[in-house]
Amino acid sequence: MRSFILRRLFLGLFITFFGAMVVYTVIRSLPTSYVETIARQRASNPLSNKTYQEWLDQLNAVYKLDVGIIPGFFGWLGNAVRGDFGESWHFGVPVTVKFSQVIWYSLIINTITLFVEFFIAIPLGILAARKQYSRTDYAITVFALMGISLPTFFLATILKYVFSIKLGWFDLYGLTGRFFNSMTPSQQILDIGYHMVLPIVTLTMLSIGGLMRYTRTNMLEVLNSDYIRTARAKGLSEKVVINKHAFRNTLIPLVSYMSYLLPSMFGGALITETLFQIPGIGYVSYQAIVRGDIPFAMFYTTFLIVLTQVSLILADIMYAVVDPRVRAN
Amino acid sequence: MIDNEKINPDVEKEVVPAGGPGEEMHLDDARRVKVLSPGMLVFKRFIRNRLAVIGLIILLVMFIFSFFGPFLSTYGQTQVFKGIGSMSKEYASAIYNEELRYSISEGETFGSAERAQFLLAVGKNTDTFTYKDAIYYFTTEGEGVYRILQLDPVAEVLLGIYKPMAGGTVADDLKAAYESAVKKEQKSFNLNGITYRITPKNKAAIISTEHDVALAMLSVYDAYNQANDSTVASYAFKLASSRAIAQEKAAFSVGSQLFTVRYDEGQATVLDSTDKEFAEVSNIIVRALDQSAFLSVDFKSAIRQSINDRLTKFTYTDENGQSVDYTIVRVNKTYNIKRETPTELIRTFEEPSAEHFLGLDNNGMDVMTRLMYGGRVSLLVGFVVIFIEVAIGVVIGGISGYFGGWVDTGLMRFVDLFNSIPFYPMVLIFGSVMDALEVDPMVRIFLLMAVLGLLGWTGVARIVRGQILSLREQDFMVATEATGIRTSRRIFRHLVPNVMPLLIVQATAGLGGIIITEATLGFLGLGIKYPLASWGSIINVASDSFVMTNYWFMWIPAGMLILLTVLGFNFVGDGLRDAYDPKMKR
Repeated sequence: MRSFILRRLFLGLFITFFGAMVVYTVIRSLPTSYVETIARQRASNPLSNKTYQEWLDQLNAVYKLDVGIIPGFFGWLGNAVRGDFGESWHFGVPVTVKFSQVIWYSLIINTITLFVEFFIAIPLGILAARKQYSRTDYAITVFALMGISLPTFFLATILKYVFSIKLGWFDLYGLTGRFFNSMTPSQQILDIGYHMVLPIVTLTMLSIGGLMRYTRTNMLEVLNSDYIRTARAKGLSEKVVINKHAFRNTLIPLVSYMSYLLPSMFGGALITETLFQIPGIGYVSYQAIVRGDIPFAMFYTTFLIVLTQVSLILADIMYAVVDPRVRAN
Repeated sequence: MIDNEKINPDVEKEVVPAGGPGEEMHLDDARRVKVLSPGMLVFKRFIRNRLAVIGLIILLVMFIFSFFGPFLSTYGQTQVFKGIGSMSKEYASAIYNEELRYSISEGETFGSAERAQFLLAVGKNTDTFTYKDAIYYFTTEGEGVYRILQLDPVAEVLLGIYKPMAGGTVADDLKAAYESAVKKEQKSFNLNGITYRITPKNKAAIISTEHDVALAMLSVYDAYNQANDSTVASYAFKLASSRAIAQEKAAFSVGSQLFTVRYDEGQATVLDSTDKEFAEVSNIIVRALDQSAFLSVDFKSAIRQSINDRLTKFTYTDENGQSVDYTIVRVNKTYNIKRETPTELIRTFEEPSAEHFLGLDNNGMDVMTRLMYGGRVSLLVGFVVIFIEVAIGVVIGGISGYFGGWVDTGLMRFVDLFNSIPFYPMVLIFGSVMDALEVDPMVRIFLLMAVLGLLGWTGVARIVRGQILSLREQDFMVATEATGIRTSRRIFRHLVPNVMPLLIVQATAGLGGIIITEATLGFLGLGIKYPLASWGSIINVASDSFVMTNYWFMWIPAGMLILLTVLGFNFVGDGLRDAYDPKMKR
């Protein structure tokens, strides 16, 4: 087990290293960049006494872009390993500072979403599996497929149209209301929570379908297995069969499914946050990426790669923890 | 090979009594059993699934809508619809005159140099000024009305000695008149009907006659009848009228003609002897912005009145009886008169009508037609991307699964690496780069397809590898090895076809995801670009909350099409999965 984890960790490091390198190469090879835009702006300023090329050279030196891609990557990596991800060009503060400011909003939204999602999807998935090919099953399947098929932006726009514009219950954008600054701390927390309702509903509705179908498939597999037949043959009540024998075994794949959710929990919901302009990690990275902010884009993508690797390792470990059969192998 | 029919179960056997009509057939006769090919079995199972059939119908409708719809539509993808609408256009401008305007007496000259001298004299509060040899004198007739006269010196008086200036001698009666004027401290005197003026020059005084040169004033004259333009512009008329107006007299005469004056606020109307409007006097200049347009005096008068009454709106009925609304917008000292003019406008955001079922969009293009063309792009992007994904995935997964060992490990690490690259950040970067480079919309579609395909093949590769790993241990593969079939043929002819069902399921479900991705990029403005349409880029206008609020037909139909199509692909994918894998059906 230990050697497995060690091997897995080594592989994770290897993938993170090369993944970051691929991303760095792509970003650096882009034909236009933030620096060129800034250099053009400064050169066209009537007060500027330098040409575009001079500005470009100066800015490239400041932003350490005057070295080749490979030395540039190792320079970046050397700093990154020591926890220095540089200063965000777009936000003008160190990347890690900006990150620690915004990560909490994403984390809160995604954690709440996760809980709501689990509480709705798992019972429904089990219900659908128990009554396979019934009306209930069809209804739940259609509902789940609807959730999977809805584009984020369309669902968010419809929710905004109905609840913000037609009913006027929520604000269209943002995390705080108009009078946020004149509120007491407890009111401020309520205000932020109030503004998070629509994004959470959006995210829940979109993710619920996948989990529901996953639960249904697993439950069906479990219900068809021999030990359930044995349990029934023993004359156990249906309640005990479902809740004790079947449900616990259904949870095994779900535990690993939860680990896979790790990147989306910390990585933020880029599209949803952008649509609702929630200043979480997703929206902030969207702004940074669209403007060609290399330090922030590098940090965010590396962060996501690391999260993915951690979640994969965690999923494997969790599998072994939950399922003794896996441990034996 | 022996009798093909016996070993090939794919051939359907008809239920025909073998030995002719007379022979009895047992109930459990094997010939009674209708054997179905695996393909047929899958099809039957698929057809039994109601959701899958609904999905198939939805997809069929979508394909017909997107690929045949444009042929039926009478409009083009980028056809812009224009219509006549009224638009507030600047028509005339008015300004309070602050510069003196000169009307020059017939036969005289009063150029800009003289004018400058005159203005200096007005500023210095002296009433004479000279330019070159000529001496000028001016009188103030009223507010902003100056009469400028030129002096013709007759004699110079210095210490009682008269020196004639124009030759000849100085008449005695002139001397006497001059002396009496000096005694009375008068500056002018009258002798024999001629006005003489006394102006000082150093220690001497000059006696001179005078004649009118010019009239400087702030007022503007407009003749009611164009035939009277010359009369109104004449020096005599202006002198008489301005004098009368300055003194607010009710009447004045020019030559033999008698005129009366009607005063309004800020302007005066001169009426002729028959009480008809003759001319308009005001200090507001009204000009047409379009040089070719002629503004009638009546209209000018209406504008002046509105300005004086501080109105911002007025209606003027012209001689043809047409009444037009005008608005007055003040910018600093200028008043801009705007007129509702019929203009050819692009019919943006027009509500749905019988002519345009889903209205017109922000560029005045038919939404319905664009949805059809957009469907083509969206569906094509989906198919091409899934094709790229499957092509790369099958090759890499096939090789990896077949060879195993270090090849498998290496390729799978490569797959892991690709899989770890975050999808949306990468696609956003590509989108913004294409924005910055202003890539041609058509080229952009192909680049987008390539990028989406390159980022998405890892899932297919994993599935193919997993399947092949289990398939290659089976007996038929041992048989291929024994018969010495070449490796590439073994992989792509014997292994891959067995993976096909799973691939089809995967691809069908994946198509929906790609269409959503493409639409999301379009919505963020980083996907397909104007003037080409895709479902996502059509919804893009709804990111403006004003459009979202007011024009439902801009985004709800496109969104519904995306939802339905993706739903259709998912239903069909689901149905195919169940049909291929009936074990789950127990």
